[in-house]
Amino acid sequence: MNNQDQKDSRRDFLKKTTAMAALTISSPVLVKAGQHDEKIASFFEKMDLKIEVNGVAHQLSVEPRVTLLDLLREQLHLTGTKKGCDHGQCGACTVHVDGKRINSCLSLAVMNDGKKVTTIEGIADGDNLHPMQEAFINHDGFQCGYCTPGQIMSAIACVQEGHANSREEIQEFMSGNICRCGAYPHIVDAVMEVKKGGKSS
Amino acid sequence: MDKNYFFEDTITADEKRVDGVAKVTGAATFSAEHTIPGLTYAVFVCSTIARGTIKNMVLAKAKNAPGVIDIIYYLNCPVVPGYTSEIKEKNQRERVLNGLNVFADNIVYSNGQPIALVIADTWERAVYAASLVKVEYIEEKPETDFDNLMQKAEAPGWGGTYKRGDEDAYKKAEVMIENEYSIPAETHNPIEPHATVAVWEKNDKLVVYDKTQGPKSTQGDLALLFGLKRENIQVITEFVGGAFGCALRTWPHTPAACIAAKKIGRPVKLVLTREQMFTMVGYRPISWQKIGIGASRDGKLTGITHHAISNTSRYEQFSESIVDPSQNLHDCPNVNTSYKTLALDINTPIWMRGPGPATGCFALESALDELAYKLNMDPIELRLKNYAEVHPQNKLPWTSKHLKECYELGREKIGWHNRPSVPGTLKENGMLTGYGMGVGVFWAGRSSATARGTLYADGMFVLQSAISDMGPGTTTAMVSIAAEQMGLPPDKIRFELGNTDFPTGPTQGGSGSTTAVGTAVTLICEAMQVSLKEMAIESVPGFKNYKPEELDYKNGKVSAKTNSSTSISYTDIIKQSGKPELQVSKSTESFAQRDKYAMNSFSAHFVKLHVHPVTGVITLKKIVAVADCGRVISETTARSQMVGGAVGGIGMAMHEETLMDHHSGRYINANLADYHVPVNADIPAIDVLFVNKPDNIISPTGAKGIGEIALVGVAPAVANAVYNATGKRITRLPITPDKLI
Repeated sequence: MNNQDQKDSRRDFLKKTTAMAALTISSPVLVKAGQHDEKIASFFEKMDLKIEVNGVAHQLSVEPRVTLLDLLREQLHLTGTKKGCDHGQCGACTVHVDGKRINSCLSLAVMNDGKKVTTIEGIADGDNLHPMQEAFINHDGFQCGYCTPGQIMSAIACVQEGHANSREEIQEFMSGNICRCGAYPHIVDAVMEVKKGGKSS
Repeated sequence: MDKNYFFEDTITADEKRVDGVAKVTGAATFSAEHTIPGLTYAVFVCSTIARGTIKNMVLAKAKNAPGVIDIIYYLNCPVVPGYTSEIKEKNQRERVLNGLNVFADNIVYSNGQPIALVIADTWERAVYAASLVKVEYIEEKPETDFDNLMQKAEAPGWGGTYKRGDEDAYKKAEVMIENEYSIPAETHNPIEPHATVAVWEKNDKLVVYDKTQGPKSTQGDLALLFGLKRENIQVITEFVGGAFGCALRTWPHTPAACIAAKKIGRPVKLVLTREQMFTMVGYRPISWQKIGIGASRDGKLTGITHHAISNTSRYEQFSESIVDPSQNLHDCPNVNTSYKTLALDINTPIWMRGPGPATGCFALESALDELAYKLNMDPIELRLKNYAEVHPQNKLPWTSKHLKECYELGREKIGWHNRPSVPGTLKENGMLTGYGMGVGVFWAGRSSATARGTLYADGMFVLQSAISDMGPGTTTAMVSIAAEQMGLPPDKIRFELGNTDFPTGPTQGGSGSTTAVGTAVTLICEAMQVSLKEMAIESVPGFKNYKPEELDYKNGKVSAKTNSSTSISYTDIIKQSGKPELQVSKSTESFAQRDKYAMNSFSAHFVKLHVHPVTGVITLKKIVAVADCGRVISETTARSQMVGGAVGGIGMAMHEETLMDHHSGRYINANLADYHVPVNADIPAIDVLFVNKPDNIISPTGAKGIGEIALVGVAPAVANAVYNATGKRITRLPITPDKLI
């Protein structure tokens, strides 16, 4: 409760002070925003974010509470990255940030300023699927397909990390990605195939 | 992993799921993922008590929070036409059969019940505002403790009560056992959360993107609720990210999103949180069972008595056929069963993969195993000795039954000869080693379905039916059927679903999609070939003097039987006929010969496992899953279903338990870290074998159904293997290490 109250008063403080600042400074931006307290508050409560997603540079202004996952899905409309639990427990939201796999639901978007993000939409080369995507199709490493983007992003990283040296090791290092349809053995088959083919990136 | 199958005929082994590319590239669009202009975001406020009434809701702070558009709750909820007839008297706890009428009144039936909906311009703002809503309750003491309230259970008024021969005959048998079995609530937890996006295109025209196993069923429910004609509501469900039963009905969030969208005049998106997936969309009910089985000394069953109780909610009745397997899976002259439900202050359960038999077979197959040890008999021999050649209940023949083959195939594959006949006597690398098996059964049949097929002049054959595919691969199976029937390559066929504008198809559940929709597709293909022959005779030079029966069709061509050089492709026939396309719609009625045949799919599951002698940790070593599911239509997706069912069964046997704090009536593990589902490292090698003998009576596809029998029988196979390894009979799921030390 205390935290919420503090947030509220901080917001009120921002509204009041920026309104006064708008009147005295008369910056065109602030005057325009000053017509609505809300807009001013938003103006100050958003942060600049430079982020590269699948090779495309974005210059954004986002609320600091927005997760990387929600930024991708709701603002950049890259819905291939899935929300399964929003608590880092299912792995459906796995993406690569600067080449490492993370749960994008556990990372605030603004923590990724200046970073390179790769999502499931960014791993194929045009119509040529990534070898891991091909392998998942070849081994039927999914059923409903919802956890699949996270599985594939995790699987690519699993091979790159050097954690794909045996079925048992793959199983261990792919256990952060839940597949409720139960395609696990086929997922391991797919990772094994890519590992053997040496086509990890 | 071994991939050995027993096939009567050859099936394409390199077949791939037709929607595979969409699923591996992120292009598959699930219900929450459609881009809708002007979209708003809704977030539920949920009850924090399990029983009582809402005295007051303080909304001012939430209403003034940035971005908030509206807050809907029982005092300002617009009139929902469908509510009025069902709610008999306000503030009176009345069990109704259409579920919870969201925002209809101030009664709290369960913890986590949706009681208000906050709509804002962004999801983050809606979440924050929802946290500011203050609720005052008049709280009553909830009743949620199933184990301690069982004596209050009542017969639901239908199903479960059955008797043939003498009652409790097992008690007089030469050899008998008796045991009680408990299964906790299990929550489906598909990885895609339920989601609804509601768009009112006009005052009386509603478009809903909804996660549902039955688009037509959802359309019908919404039509009733909002007093609209069916055709004024379009439900779209292109992809379903798993469901396993939890999307079999319309839950409160779907009408809630529609109510909100109408009230604010903008599209609304409502996605459940993982916690809400535990409190709003059902679960496998908590159950208690007692079984008594008796046999003669040589192993012939003489009596089975099976009693079961499962829970429902306070506001509606929910029942399932838990005791049915005892009535008809094995041959026994004397059987009596009973079934009751217990109303608790918890949300309503719903069918979960293998509903009824998954629960019943855990008890029955565990009990048979126990009896086998007491008879000093091999558990497979005991089942063969009591093999039902005709349905024991009604003496009808089965449309097909190949359970014996399942036993034989599985016994061989698992290495059953290594099984110790005395429990706890086999060790491998210091680990107690055990083998177990369990039988699965589920109803087979065929419901009604309609589909439409259009053959275009460019060569594409497009099939449509308003069903959904939650993952089993219905789309792939339908393409496979059409490809075989039409002699066309699969890439020339597209099966479109998930849209109520398409012809009516069944709700996906009970392993019935392939037989029903597959029959409609088969009929379409047959009719299409007749039409193509007629069109060739009518408009293609060189065919004029032939009669239809003198023509053959294969590989996308119609040709003369006697002269193969007289041949023309389907597409050229359409082009030469001057028509843009050839369209055929076909319906199949539900299977009508229920008085002549019994209909079931069967499975047998075999498990080998290790138990650590000190810690009690179970390591699964191998699972063999054998299915008598009729003809296998799509090998790839059928195998995946069997593997997935085994994984689900492992969850049921060893991991899953939705825990409740009975003081508050609140789930205490409503998240995927504390509610354990199997992860990759939990899963052993799984070998799948199909008997693959067609059942041509149920449907021309030859199929019976797979989805349910893939799971039914797995849990008892694990429990029986645990007993074989340790000598400990675990009758309360899940089998966790604490129960073995």
